Amino acid sequence: MELFEAKNIDKVFAATQALTDVSISVKEQSIFGLLGPNGAGKTTLIRIINQITAPDRGEVFLNGKKLIRADISKIGYLPEERGLYKKMKIGEQAIYLAQLKGLSRQEATRNLKQWFEKFEIMPWWNKKVEELSKGMQQKVQFITTVVHKPKLLIFDEPFSGFDPINTNLIKQEILQLRDDGATVIFSTHNMASVEELCDNIALINKSVKIEYGATDDIREKYKSNIYKIIYRGEFEKMNHALGNKFKVIDHSESGKENHIKVQYLNGNSNNELLQSIMPISEIIAFEEVIPSMNDVFIKAVEESNKQ
Amino acid sequence: MNNTLLILKNEYLKRVKKKSFIILTLLVPFLFAGMFALIIFLSIHNDKKERTIAVFDESSLFLGEFEDEGYTKYHFVENEKYLELKKGLKESEFYALLYIPQNIYSTNSAQLVSDKQLPFELTEQIERKLSRFIENDKRQKVVDESGIPDLDEQLANTKTRIRLSTLKISESGEITKSSSMIAFIASYAMGFIIYFFVFMYGAMVMRSVMEEKKSRIIEVIISSVKPSELMAGKIIGTALVGLTQVAIWIVLGIATLVVVQGVFSPETTQQMGQSIMETQQQMNPAMAQAADQNQIMEVLEMIGNLNLPLILFAFVFYFLAGYLLYSSLLGAVGAAVDSEEDSQQMVLPVTFPLILSIMLLFPIAKNPEGPVAFWASIIPFTSPVAMLARVPYGIPTWELLLSMFLLVLTTVGAIFAAAKIYRVGLLMYGKKVNIKELIKWLRYKN
Repeated sequence: MELFEAKNIDKVFAATQALTDVSISVKEQSIFGLLGPNGAGKTTLIRIINQITAPDRGEVFLNGKKLIRADISKIGYLPEERGLYKKMKIGEQAIYLAQLKGLSRQEATRNLKQWFEKFEIMPWWNKKVEELSKGMQQKVQFITTVVHKPKLLIFDEPFSGFDPINTNLIKQEILQLRDDGATVIFSTHNMASVEELCDNIALINKSVKIEYGATDDIREKYKSNIYKIIYRGEFEKMNHALGNKFKVIDHSESGKENHIKVQYLNGNSNNELLQSIMPISEIIAFEEVIPSMNDVFIKAVEESNKQ
Repeated sequence: MNNTLLILKNEYLKRVKKKSFIILTLLVPFLFAGMFALIIFLSIHNDKKERTIAVFDESSLFLGEFEDEGYTKYHFVENEKYLELKKGLKESEFYALLYIPQNIYSTNSAQLVSDKQLPFELTEQIERKLSRFIENDKRQKVVDESGIPDLDEQLANTKTRIRLSTLKISESGEITKSSSMIAFIASYAMGFIIYFFVFMYGAMVMRSVMEEKKSRIIEVIISSVKPSELMAGKIIGTALVGLTQVAIWIVLGIATLVVVQGVFSPETTQQMGQSIMETQQQMNPAMAQAADQNQIMEVLEMIGNLNLPLILFAFVFYFLAGYLLYSSLLGAVGAAVDSEEDSQQMVLPVTFPLILSIMLLFPIAKNPEGPVAFWASIIPFTSPVAMLARVPYGIPTWELLLSMFLLVLTTVGAIFAAAKIYRVGLLMYGKKVNIKELIKWLRYKN
């Protein structure tokens, strides 16, 4: 079932077109990646979902009903530009922010203490924000985003500012939150994490949605008939054997195990390839190359910029 | 509404718990009390120093006529001693040396020599003594020569001093005693209080908005509450901080007054009162006559005759409306700018009418019916200060109503405009903002 839907969103700021007819829908208990170059319109879309700005045209639905002001407590939002009140004590501040999301004081305190225990940051409770490092502040901020158990979680660049250990911790938490019933929309430039986490993505470039669908399907779609062979033998012979039937894209020789990447030209088949090289080398591995999200991102954006 | 309450509470507690707030709030009454105590102390201890003045009277008219007065003693010396003192006054026991020349009648002048800077009071005392003596002497001569028997008495009776009591006729024809002096003081004080608080707490709202924008917490906050709720909570919360401060000042003020009175026993207070009376008497004998019980009663009566309920109502109304008007505008400025430096150049155009009105305060209080006073108290941006300066003098009802109506209208408009700028400005970073840009923001939809 769709938990969240945005339909035909348009938004213009003065002279800039921020979003053009963008629609997305997000399944319940899934993780949705919102990708795109800087300035593509991701943050604008996220702000529209959070009702910070209103769209010029289009509608936003939560659980099949039009999003209204009261839904704010069902959403948790971690903005890209983060900050806390510098002079306020951590615990007090977290309680205040949770109360603004509709929790009672007791509820807020109880939930927060659980999270603080879990992240092992209980000793910070009475410290002021300015005493903490940036990474520590990020942790507190993450907690304040999820403390009211929102149905929909929106993270804008959640991993920026975290070291690899904490990045992993946050990844695990996001997966856990999903398994516990939350739906997640997140925007990031970290493509490895997209492959790891996202069930579906939308790629936005210059206010327009240019790719949209299941992560695996999109990667599949960007395959370009490239195959990787790991073999023992001489590269010169391989190159000669593959000759003009295939296109050699890349190769590396380490002595023992050599790599070569070839692209099929029209009508080539796997058997044809294997037949050509079997007599001259020992094949260790043979696989089709599926593009990384990084490759997909670059290719899709470059193609759309050409148009 | 619930959110506004939460924000209000947070703003309020955050500020009230601040060290700088506590220190300032506690310190100000003590500063005033200290100042007050210092004045009392000085007025008591001022003239306890005994001074002896050496008098060389060349004219031989004043021998034995100089009576000691307070702590000042007079000692007549001969020519020899005079010359000696003139050289060595510093080493002598005398404070100063008075030389009365032979021809004082014709020149009307004498000399007072000292190695110190002489207090004003002392020179005045001596001048008075000399003039009074010569005046009496001259008059006596006139009386004697005229041969009119009771001329002395008749002349004494010609001394006249007119006191002008100002009466005010109300619309119903009732006549009450009023004092333009008291109205003047009241209007000046109230205008100033309003100016001070509107400025101080309006700036506090602005800084609070800027802090949220600068620390970037603002995006989290406005994803939870409406900008208008945030603005309302801030403005009301800050107003309560101001009221708390004033309440503490009033309580502490009364407390210190009691303490001061306790420390300085009734005796000293009385002594002080006397010494003030004495000084007054010395400076202006005519004034002293009026400074009796009666006059104090009159002052109280005149304060009572000011339209106190109206003044109080006007004060509260213009205070609140003025604060709302300026704090919402300053809040919008805080939202529009990125940095403290940028805020400076935006604050001036916004607060200029307020500064103008404080500059107009004196002319208004001097001529509360004039065109300056009229327009300044009708135009909404200056009326919070200007109208309050007029109210103690009495004001036509229609003018008051018009001014109030326009102020409410403007305030409501300003809040809407500010809310709009606030919404747009809060998430706008790295843009130099000017008035033109702000007007563009006003046209944005959401």
